[in-house]
Amino acid sequence: MSAPLYGGLIVEHAKNPRNRGSLPDADLAREGVNPLCGDRLRVELRLREGRVEAMRFTAEACMVSVAAASVLSEMVSGATAAEVLAAPDSWLLDALQTELRPARVGCALLPLLVLREALR
Amino acid sequence: MRDVRADFPLLARRRVVYLDNAATSQKPRHVLEAMQRYYEESNANVHRSVYRLAEEAGAALDEAREAVRRFVGAGDVREVIFTRGTTESINLVAQGWAARRLRQGDEILVSEVEHHANLLPWQRAAAISGASLRMVPVEELLHPGPRTRLVAFSMVSNVLGTELPAARIAAAARDVGAAVLIDAAQAAPHLRLDVGALGCDFFAFSGHKMLGPTGIGVLWGRAERLEETEPLLLGGGIVREVFPDRATLLDAPAKFEAGTPPVAEAVGLRTAIDYLEALGMAEVEQHARGLARSMEARLREVPGVTLYAPGETRTAVLSFNLQGVHPHDLAAFLDQRDICVRAGHHCAQPLMRKLGVAGTVRASVQVYTSAEEIEALARAVEAARAEL
Repeated sequence: MSAPLYGGLIVEHAKNPRNRGSLPDADLAREGVNPLCGDRLRVELRLREGRVEAMRFTAEACMVSVAAASVLSEMVSGATAAEVLAAPDSWLLDALQTELRPARVGCALLPLLVLREALR
Repeated sequence: MRDVRADFPLLARRRVVYLDNAATSQKPRHVLEAMQRYYEESNANVHRSVYRLAEEAGAALDEAREAVRRFVGAGDVREVIFTRGTTESINLVAQGWAARRLRQGDEILVSEVEHHANLLPWQRAAAISGASLRMVPVEELLHPGPRTRLVAFSMVSNVLGTELPAARIAAAARDVGAAVLIDAAQAAPHLRLDVGALGCDFFAFSGHKMLGPTGIGVLWGRAERLEETEPLLLGGGIVREVFPDRATLLDAPAKFEAGTPPVAEAVGLRTAIDYLEALGMAEVEQHARGLARSMEARLREVPGVTLYAPGETRTAVLSFNLQGVHPHDLAAFLDQRDICVRAGHHCAQPLMRKLGVAGTVRASVQVYTSAEEIEALARAVEAARAEL
């Protein structure tokens, strides 16, 4: 066996993604595309008193996108829309606990971009 | 073919299995040295000076144009236009010819395997002219309709590596009086070319995929068609007479090459052509087809691998996927083993949709690619299947 393909939380979250699937009683839903590769990712949200109560995602996407969506789905719970929209890219990138190659940063940010669109 | 790897400085420096040649090729020392020598010994601006140094620069450009003429089998050097690459060549025809000459009711046909560079320019030409644009399966290009005025297609698919029946498509187009543009970006690096035998009107390719430098490409056009075509860019070097409110233009190729031309790049392209011709285009062609065939045969043995357009005549390029593994993850895995491949939609989103995938992994070869490298690729894909 060689070194893991990706560092930090990516391999573990990609293999066991949290909150993957759809949210039957979603209040908001949004889909986005990674222009680099055509990957699609859909985010569904349930809100309660202005806060995100639950996020689920569906994706046909690479390990980096899936892991980032999984990590994001845990981080976003309890946050207000304003807090999410104010958060910089590094909020999610740092949480992945690894340095991504430049070409893959877009893969990691796809779920955050879609989430922002949904909350905007 | 002789082992040419030692001619390529990057391959000596970087220990990589470079299989992204459909995106761009590496450059032989000959090309790099010729460009350096041009700047050190002959550099001056062309065409507008009477001193001997400028004559040398002008001669270098003329010799490059002549080398291209011979390389594509054209009759007249005036039909060879230097552009920045295939994309610019196609845009020149789309805006300078199609957008101006087509009318409502006319039809542009392109194949469904086309690169975005051979689709988006026609979308704009159709929008401007009122003509309709249809993207159809390759076989349908053999049956253009009475309103078809232009058929544009790639000689070799940049995704599948398959060779389109270029001469037959062109003949069918001619029968209905339609013009033909061939995107030869993936063909020029590997195949013997003869624009006369192909029977096309326009023929576009890039230098950087065929061992030459970036920033230069070619549009070959039949003289009558070039007369009908307006330049994309206006400025110095293309005029006969200029008045404050109007100007008369020179004939092709000058009228299409406003501004200072990329002389060093032309020298590089010419040297790349010389290099390929010294290897022998027949051998280059055999190498590209042979390796593509053996790559297909070897990857077919790997369980879980899906090949796209299997069994078809292919040149240099093969697309595949590994079951359950995203193309980008496979490409990243291969990169860990110093194998460079492309993953994604390869600028061919309509084709991806037709194949029903978001993307593929694409491996593509060049004159320096060896059978051992294909084996290394196949073993790494096998390893990915076990580990990913």
